[in-house]
Amino acid sequence: MIPLSHYLILAAILFSIAVAGIFLNRKNVVLLLVCIELMLLAVNTNFIAFSHYLDDMAGQVFVFFVLTVAAAEAAIGLAILITVFRNRRSINVDDLDELKG
Amino acid sequence: MTFTAFLFYFFATLQVFAAISLITVKNPVHSVLLLVVTFVCGSALWMLLEMEFLSIVLVLVYVGAVMVLFLFVVMMLDINVAEMRAGFARYFAIGVPVAAAMAGLMIWVLRDKLFQVEGPPPHAEGYANTEELGKILYTDYFYSFELAAVVLLVAMVAAIALTYRRRPGVKKQKPGEQVAVRREDRVRLVKMKAEQPE
Repeated sequence: MIPLSHYLILAAILFSIAVAGIFLNRKNVVLLLVCIELMLLAVNTNFIAFSHYLDDMAGQVFVFFVLTVAAAEAAIGLAILITVFRNRRSINVDDLDELKG
Repeated sequence: MTFTAFLFYFFATLQVFAAISLITVKNPVHSVLLLVVTFVCGSALWMLLEMEFLSIVLVLVYVGAVMVLFLFVVMMLDINVAEMRAGFARYFAIGVPVAAAMAGLMIWVLRDKLFQVEGPPPHAEGYANTEELGKILYTDYFYSFELAAVVLLVAMVAAIALTYRRRPGVKKQKPGEQVAVRREDRVRLVKMKAEQPE
């Protein structure tokens, strides 16, 4: 049998790869969204692993809701992206400096 | 090494390599396709933990719907790849050490013997994960379930409202006005004197 720690280490590695991806692709908004999806997958893997090893269904219900919210987030994020591209002809983060933040 | 362990390490390795190439490839379309590989591996790993429903949902909803949406958007937008890659080496020097430190710290914590537990024995034949999940989803978590439906509805309305485009100067029919038209709007009676034939 595989111990719990192997699943958690796998999720930790995936999460760190997603963090590195956000650093590497910080100009491209699409890839930032993709990296966020990867982070959510890592977190969901944690929930699933604990749900199995503690034999508790609540973790799976949480994963279900995280999937719902992630789908909503992807839909709205891509809609905003399309609107930005229509107005700017670019999705480079450096071009989106209207608010001078 | 049992067959289950072999499957776990196979899919875990594949997933990590797919994720690493996801963040380093040049073409965003390839990135999204590699994300699909990562999700399919994740689904296989969830299946190993007897979570059939969620692993199928991950493939159907995520790979089937959300990733296709991503692909559509990436292919529709005209992305200048060279410009997006500028400064890659500089960010590499910052991002990779930060991520490596994070991963190292988490792995160091997880190597504690608290986490070296074995799983419960596999469920008996005839156990249905979907049925059990459905039972608590429709009883204990019913209000949250309805709230999730509302969240999806709001997301749908928001996505349509954000991308809806009004274009001025387009010639199109207005059925309301067509139906509401009166005789007076179209026909004009003109009074004139009868003309004499020559």
